Amino acid sequence: MRDVITGRVWKFGDDVNTDVIFPGKYTYTITEPAEMARHAMEDADSSFAGHVQKDDIIVAGRNFGCGSSREQAALCLKAAGVGAVIAKSFARIYFRNAINLGLPIVICPEVVGKVAPGDMLSISFSLGKLTHKGQEYRFPPLPEEVAGILDAGGLVPYVKAKFQKSG
Amino acid sequence: MGFTFAEKILAQKSGRSGVRAGEIVIAEPDIIMSHDNSSAIAKTFAEIGVSKVWNPDKIVIILDHVVPAASEKHAQNHKTVREFVSAQGIKIFYDINHGICHQVLPEKGHAVPGRLILGSDSHTTTYGAFGCFAAGIGRTETAAIWATGKLWLLCPQTYKILIKGKSPVGVFAKDVILHIIGKLGADGADYRCVEFTGIAVADMSIDDRMLLCNMAAEMGAKAGVCMVDDTTRAWLMGHGVTEYEAVYSDADADYENVLEFDISSIEPQVACPHTVDNVKPVSEVEGMRIQQCLLGTCTNGRVSDLRLAAGILKGKKIAQGVRLIVLPASKEVYQEAMREGILETLSEAGAVICNPGCGPCLGAHQGVLAPGEVCLSTANRNFKGRMGCPNSEIYLASPATVAASAIEGAIADPRKYM
Repeated sequence: MRDVITGRVWKFGDDVNTDVIFPGKYTYTITEPAEMARHAMEDADSSFAGHVQKDDIIVAGRNFGCGSSREQAALCLKAAGVGAVIAKSFARIYFRNAINLGLPIVICPEVVGKVAPGDMLSISFSLGKLTHKGQEYRFPPLPEEVAGILDAGGLVPYVKAKFQKSG
Repeated sequence: MGFTFAEKILAQKSGRSGVRAGEIVIAEPDIIMSHDNSSAIAKTFAEIGVSKVWNPDKIVIILDHVVPAASEKHAQNHKTVREFVSAQGIKIFYDINHGICHQVLPEKGHAVPGRLILGSDSHTTTYGAFGCFAAGIGRTETAAIWATGKLWLLCPQTYKILIKGKSPVGVFAKDVILHIIGKLGADGADYRCVEFTGIAVADMSIDDRMLLCNMAAEMGAKAGVCMVDDTTRAWLMGHGVTEYEAVYSDADADYENVLEFDISSIEPQVACPHTVDNVKPVSEVEGMRIQQCLLGTCTNGRVSDLRLAAGILKGKKIAQGVRLIVLPASKEVYQEAMREGILETLSEAGAVICNPGCGPCLGAHQGVLAPGEVCLSTANRNFKGRMGCPNSEIYLASPATVAASAIEGAIADPRKYM
């Protein structure tokens, strides 16, 4: 994971559930991340997958990722190039899945109401700082171990690398 | 400012002091539990590329979800798990003749107060009834624990749920928790630790407290807990657990929220399709025709639940056109129910008694539903398709409401049978 990510904002509301992030009907038929990316956010904003650019940032309200535990809902955004998801809060399993699959997430309720779609936003993970139109917002920086998981691209590659290093 | 139960346990298990809600810790669980999904976890474990698990004595594996195997695929799955257990030298393995993980682990003395228990099952929260911090995690995470013994955990904020009043006749712990979930919503306690307290909880048996903590998962909680008291100590003593140090929230702990519920005037409750928080008093759904009743699961498959249902069904027959499926939660429950004559009573009334296990709750076998059918169940989930068919409907209620409804062939108020 790069320390600083700068990208355009895509704005969503509260309770964005895993079915609109990655529809359930694809869960057993689509297994390739690149193909998952083509259906990312399909039922929340059908224009998303066609227009999302690398490092774009999703900004949403409370309880982002509620619903099923499907890991594809985090994986499809990562595969689509999304740089990070910022929300007022995340559903518990989504929060865990995102980190364990290597999708950076930020909890920062203060910034959510301030940004509009298409705005540029910059995130510094090590400083725990968001910058939007010259205004700074703080969030608790990720602990070293969790940043390490994101750096490695997820929990499995992280643990794998750890064993390779020690073995 | 004092510390909450969650803050204290997560500090202890991560070798730190002064951990506060919102911080992420790297913790080592005392127990990591997994069930039939252990073969999928073993596959991820193999991907990690380490040959031996970190500590075979802290891994508990149990086969309970589809037991005995319902198909060749399930049989192969069980076989893979048994081979993994043997190859890794995992000693705490419960094969298909034991029952549901969340009942068997406490009975076998694994739910020791003060422990951190993680499990690859969302209802792992059940062990909170014994003063454990217990949370459900994913399969990938379980594989990582098998390899490293550690996992990152976000220390949750805590809600104190104060339950006051004495429950009226016909109102049981299931009604109480459904009432609370109906008020809070399915994400009402997202990522929180929920402490159940108050006079009504103090009056509850361990069976009932297990139910509360079990269903904490249905309000989005990471963990649910009841503080250890004389009732807990007596139960643990009866199951050979005598050495432990219980953890309690400080009197001045920092609760994010304190919610009060008075249960002295609530009716029996029913969760309607297709979400657990779609809760109505029984009077609003009375008369709804049903084709199947399920009595069992990790929510309501304990002796007290079966006894309650048998008390209502004694000397009666279930209605024509209704199937009553009974699954004791464990072998211990099964044998006690047998000794007390409960199984005979239920069988006489027309029930099908199955072996201990998860049964049809997750829609794999032993009573899946057909399109258009309606089931009234004592389970904890009624999501669309949960019992195997997306065009069926599941209502959730207490064992008493299920027993009364089985007699009438329609959702019924249990109070007229009490």
